[in-house]
Amino acid sequence: MPAERQAVNYRVKNLILAHIGVSFATLAAAAVLGAWQMTVRTGVNPPFATPETYFASVSAHGTIMGYVMPTLFTMGFGYFVAVTALDQPLPSMRLAWAGFWLAAVGIVAAIIPIVMGKATVLYTFYPPLTGSVFYYLGVLLVVVGSWFWVALMIWAMAHWKRNNPGRPVPLAMFGTVANAFLWLWTTGGVAVEIIFQLIPASLGWTQMIDVGLARTLFAWTLHPIVYFWLLPAYIAFYTIAPQAAGARLYSDLMGRLSFILLLLFSLPVGMHHLFMDPEHGTGFKFLQAMLTALVVLPTFLTVFTISASMEIAGRLRGGKGLFGWIAALPWDRPMVLATCLSFVLLGFGGFGGVVNMAYAMNAMIHNTSWVTAHFHLIFGGAVVIMYFAITYWIWPILLEREAADVRPLRLQLWLWFIGIVIMTFPWHVLGLLGQPRRIATFDYANPVIAQWQPWVFVSMFGGYLMLVSALLFVWNIATLYRARPVGDNRMHYAVAVYPPARVPNALNGFALWNWLLLFLMVVAYGYPLGQFFLMDVYPGLVHRVDIGS
Amino acid sequence: MSEETIRRSELMWGAIAAFGVGIMAAVIVVSSFAMAIHPPSNVETIDPTTLNTNSEFAESNLGTRVNPDGSVTVRIVATQFEFLPRCIPVPKDRQVTFRVTSPDVIHGFLIAGSNANTMVVPGYVAQLRTVFSSAGDHLMPCHEFCGLGHSEMWALVKVLDGAEWKPDASGKASCELPR
Ligand code: HEM
Ligand SMILES: [Cu+2]
Ligand SMILES: [Cu+2]
Repeated sequence: MPAERQAVNYRVKNLILAHIGVSFATLAAAAVLGAWQMTVRTGVNPPFATPETYFASVSAHGTIMGYVMPTLFTMGFGYFVAVTALDQPLPSMRLAWAGFWLAAVGIVAAIIPIVMGKATVLYTFYPPLTGSVFYYLGVLLVVVGSWFWVALMIWAMAHWKRNNPGRPVPLAMFGTVANAFLWLWTTGGVAVEIIFQLIPASLGWTQMIDVGLARTLFAWTLHPIVYFWLLPAYIAFYTIAPQAAGARLYSDLMGRLSFILLLLFSLPVGMHHLFMDPEHGTGFKFLQAMLTALVVLPTFLTVFTISASMEIAGRLRGGKGLFGWIAALPWDRPMVLATCLSFVLLGFGGFGGVVNMAYAMNAMIHNTSWVTAHFHLIFGGAVVIMYFAITYWIWPILLEREAADVRPLRLQLWLWFIGIVIMTFPWHVLGLLGQPRRIATFDYANPVIAQWQPWVFVSMFGGYLMLVSALLFVWNIATLYRARPVGDNRMHYAVAVYPPARVPNALNGFALWNWLLLFLMVVAYGYPLGQFFLMDVYPGLVHRVDIGS
Repeated sequence: MSEETIRRSELMWGAIAAFGVGIMAAVIVVSSFAMAIHPPSNVETIDPTTLNTNSEFAESNLGTRVNPDGSVTVRIVATQFEFLPRCIPVPKDRQVTFRVTSPDVIHGFLIAGSNANTMVVPGYVAQLRTVFSSAGDHLMPCHEFCGLGHSEMWALVKVLDGAEWKPDASGKASCELPR
């Protein structure tokens, strides 16, 4: 059964274009801010550089890159997968558009107060600092809009299963629904923080705020959100990349297993962001550190399965010997190139991640530039490069047009890769030297800090390469609208070497795993959250940044 | 390639991956116990709104102090946008206990080039211990965004060896920032 499905037939074309379009429009804006921030940090004093503008800019950059861009991309890609992999219309177009407009209004509501300097709290919120209520409401609306998407993904899969009893849910959709559940769990922490702590404080209803509780709720969200960003990339690794390379997926089962493990082990581990916090004891920090190690497992499995799939492709194309198949891969195809570059970045990033995880090393690099470097490498690099490649893959299908020349596409991917490497390597070094993150201006007159300056310049250069790449991406997509029409709008997903005729129930749905996750979450967070209600804590006084206190 | 071969290769790789994860977990355990890393996990609460009347963190009691038993404790208040005190002398090769808290918002505490690192959360006393094995100056930036003045929030830790380390009769030691 060849997997050829048409998105356009199900009237979702504009829905998908709207989501992914907004996602990348905000990415381009945030990339401009990022490059400007880089420039400020070198000490050359570009126009408009003041602490007010720097931190407003970082607030906008973080909010867009953390909450807006990946969420809208994942929603758009999810809708694409739901109609093409399942070959059925969305359960409700009205709900899908409602979710989009909620998110769109939320984006505007969040950005305006940032620009006005009334929400300079950075995307991590960290009360007692408290900004304009519109900022929190805006972020909340984006989250609520994405919950519509979650509901639609779960609904679509349930509908399909009812119509196709006994058949395995297509892997792309299985991964997408795994991500929908993951996101629902993930947003629980931050939604509670926003609704019960931040909004009441920003409205002036409460003067005091439980800081430890807020940090713990945010940590609940902060780790799994990274995996929510990552999953679209994984879905592409499993279900698009082997197809692009002209082969089949080595194993469908490994894919299912990896998605389930990612769902389970990305959630009960957020407290490793609180290793250096005084409001938690060693026991639970240690427990969650151990669980953090487990999340490496699905990544190992994925690297293996995808490499094996690529090897099949290379050998089919005549590659010989131990490494000959690598050279034989169709490198000219953006999806194949991006997958490889992404793996390289994951490799670099994985190493840094292990360092973060080691309890001991963490003490040296916590909240230094090392951390910023690490997540730009993994998320800005390995993940976003796959967002680009996915878009290059599905945009032509949606438009029924094809780029005549893919060289600008490849150039864009290479620029992003080189840019991220040049930007983040010096940043890692600076972190080890003790450069703290989130600082607008350094006192380069101090001889110790002056030694950092050359590294800061190098990383700025990498940042500008990334900016050029981001703009080139927008250009590549825009020119596609005038490219040659092709009467072909079929989506081909990679088929497994041995497509499973049936899979066990546990690998075809999420009920069992959600129960297990509930158990893990109660174990991991029951006491750490409960302690704030059991012991005598002293809340902190709300500090307004938008009005004089 | 038969389905059986694929299954077997997967099992083997799964075992290798699990082994890798096991090693990683072992590294975490060993590094945290054997290297005696103590992240600030004392969970000690304090009322942030009355710090100035709290006897331990009253202004006169801040800074470096040699306790009657010879151990050294440094008490620091991190506040928008400075550390009190801003210059902190500590002896070389002796265990130093830092106790840090905040009356206002979240700050960060990092002694560059050492493993002394903690969040400073209002409502809690963050306590950590470390030993400095060589004399010299360390930058001590605030590493968490605490407001618009955050970039200017730096202190200095001076590690002094035998001759330079001169606490006064009451056991207090202090230093001046250069410039
Ligand atoms: C043109 C490319 C980019 C440049 C030049 C850039 C640069 C920067 C800079 C200078 C900072 C502030 C660091 C600090 O003050 O500590 C920053 C923060 C951040 N960046 Fe980027 N970035 C880029 C792309 C991205 C991408 C693609 C993502 C994610 C997909 C991303 C996510 C973030 C996040 C989450 C923060 C944290 C903000 C915070 O600390 O509150 N950035 N970036
Ligand atoms: Cu501070
Ligand atoms: Cu600060």
